Amino acid sequence: MKLPANGAFMLEPAFDPAAGEGASRDAVGLGSRAHGGLDTRHGTILTLEDISVSFDGFKALNNLNLYIGVGELRCIIGPNGAGKTTLMDVITGKTRPTTGKAWFGETLDLTRLSEVQIAQAGIGRKFQKPTVFEALTVFENLELAQKTNKSVWASLGAKLTGEQKSRIEHTLDTIRLTASASRPAGLLSHGQKQFLEIGMLLVQDPQLLLLDEPVAGMTDAETEFTAELFKTLAGQHSLMVVEHDMGFVGSIADHVTVLHQGTVLAEGSLEAVQANERVIEVYLGR
Amino acid sequence: MNQPLMVTAAHKAGTPLAIAIGVVVAVLLVSMALLSLLPESNPLQVSAYTLTLVGKILCYAIVALALDLVWGYAGMLSLGHGLFFALGGYAMGMYLMREASGDGLPAFMTFLSWSELPWYWYGTQHFAWALCLVVLAPGLLALVFGFFAFRSRIKGVYFSIMTQALTFAGMLLFFRNETGFGGNNGFTNFHSILGFSITSPGTRAVLFLLTVALLAASLYLGWRLARSKFGRVLTALRDAENRLMFCGYDPRGYKLFIWVLSAVLCGLAGALYVPQVGIINPSEMSPTNSIEAAVWVALGGRGSLVGPLLGAGVVNGMKSWFTVAFPEYWLFFLGALFIVVTLYLPKGVIGLLKKRGDA
Repeated sequence: MKLPANGAFMLEPAFDPAAGEGASRDAVGLGSRAHGGLDTRHGTILTLEDISVSFDGFKALNNLNLYIGVGELRCIIGPNGAGKTTLMDVITGKTRPTTGKAWFGETLDLTRLSEVQIAQAGIGRKFQKPTVFEALTVFENLELAQKTNKSVWASLGAKLTGEQKSRIEHTLDTIRLTASASRPAGLLSHGQKQFLEIGMLLVQDPQLLLLDEPVAGMTDAETEFTAELFKTLAGQHSLMVVEHDMGFVGSIADHVTVLHQGTVLAEGSLEAVQANERVIEVYLGR
Repeated sequence: MNQPLMVTAAHKAGTPLAIAIGVVVAVLLVSMALLSLLPESNPLQVSAYTLTLVGKILCYAIVALALDLVWGYAGMLSLGHGLFFALGGYAMGMYLMREASGDGLPAFMTFLSWSELPWYWYGTQHFAWALCLVVLAPGLLALVFGFFAFRSRIKGVYFSIMTQALTFAGMLLFFRNETGFGGNNGFTNFHSILGFSITSPGTRAVLFLLTVALLAASLYLGWRLARSKFGRVLTALRDAENRLMFCGYDPRGYKLFIWVLSAVLCGLAGALYVPQVGIINPSEMSPTNSIEAAVWVALGGRGSLVGPLLGAGVVNGMKSWFTVAFPEYWLFFLGALFIVVTLYLPKGVIGLLKKRGDA
């Protein structure tokens, strides 16, 4: 098996794609250091290889392999205890894998970054239970979440620029919370909190969004709207959605991964995995 | 207690009544200091006892405000703020002891037949260095403690217990004669500060006014912080720390900043307390003192800037009256007060006032 190398310590061939077809390429080893920003040369934004997580002998994830492409909308389904939430924990740095590799882009080793560094690198996460800052207003929730310098010193003197303000207002519009902008987030309904949390992810502008059961507790109309929203997001962002609602999964995803006992059971279109013998067996217990 | 109501006013975009009350309180406090300068025969004269008592309560109010910044806003209940207060007080006390003993050793060292000053006493004869120590001693201790506590993600009740243990350890350390801070007697018998007699009405009035100024400044600082994005991050930290981390904020820096700031404010309050009260001893570090500070904040209403000041004022005002009138019953009364507040006034006195105001 070919292990990915750590690009931060490698020399990259000096190659300027802007120079166009046939531009000369220097020999490997004589180039510049790998550049900053997320490197997705090979079209994958997330690479998980042979990930295992065990808690006191119980293997929550077992040699899991998962690749998510740039701009892809991937749904993860699986019965309870299949390891879906643990998978998200591994990606966001909350849980360290016992073994295995986790790469964000080509160069960022997720197993070595802290939760905060991972968030800053561009992975956003929505929790299963909607989690917003209840004492703050809806607008302030978005203000805190938006992409900006998040150090202590920056916060002490931070003022909203007109551009940031209009971005927040635009997002409020998208998640249909403009009318509640100055209400404390704690007073929102369950569904509205879900949307606010999605809005917080949007202003954070991550490259990869992890969404844990985003439509739980939503009305049918809200679910439908969320599906539309996610479809417009895919393309600019990569999304990984964990969901139980098969109708919702069918309406958004072209690519589905089925987890079972911490490992990938099947992968493909929703019809294909639903027709898969082993998936039927696991879900229906035959 | 001069500006708080102005602050609420500004929060609610101005109720003229509140601003008026704030101005009146400020004027009252300043005129108290001036009236204390009148000769004793004058019926309007404010006695030294009253001035010292109010000055003491104002120092406590600063502690309450500092505690509220970490507890009410950032959600970390410290039961050890008395330690920072006492450290500031001891730093000021070192200067006052040196001033009192002139070129010789402080009296308690002579009793222990020490022949020279311990190294940490060097330079304390200079007022400027003592002021630096007032800030540095509590600030550095808070920095080191906070760094490790927040790095290890100690929160909630574990954090409270650790701060409690910290102040208890400090008290035991300062009780020892060998520590070099006067053992259980602490520092007393101060004569002068910067050459001015410490008991003269003029000095008392100036110290009182400085306390009022420090309180006003802390209040302004707290108000600015609470209104800034920093303040909102603290509130977010209190309510959903995980969410905040996944938004890309590192909570450690935020906690450490407010924690150290709070400790320094306490140290400054302690430094103003000691020359006014005339004594500092390790009992200031006793766990009960720190717990009492938490009671002030809870009673007044945490998460607001005015609440803790009200709480400190009300509890200490009642304490000084009660301990004279019914000395045996004070602690029962304090306990009952705390139970009543917890049961019926979860947002403290200020919550009650606000509810009235909204209705």
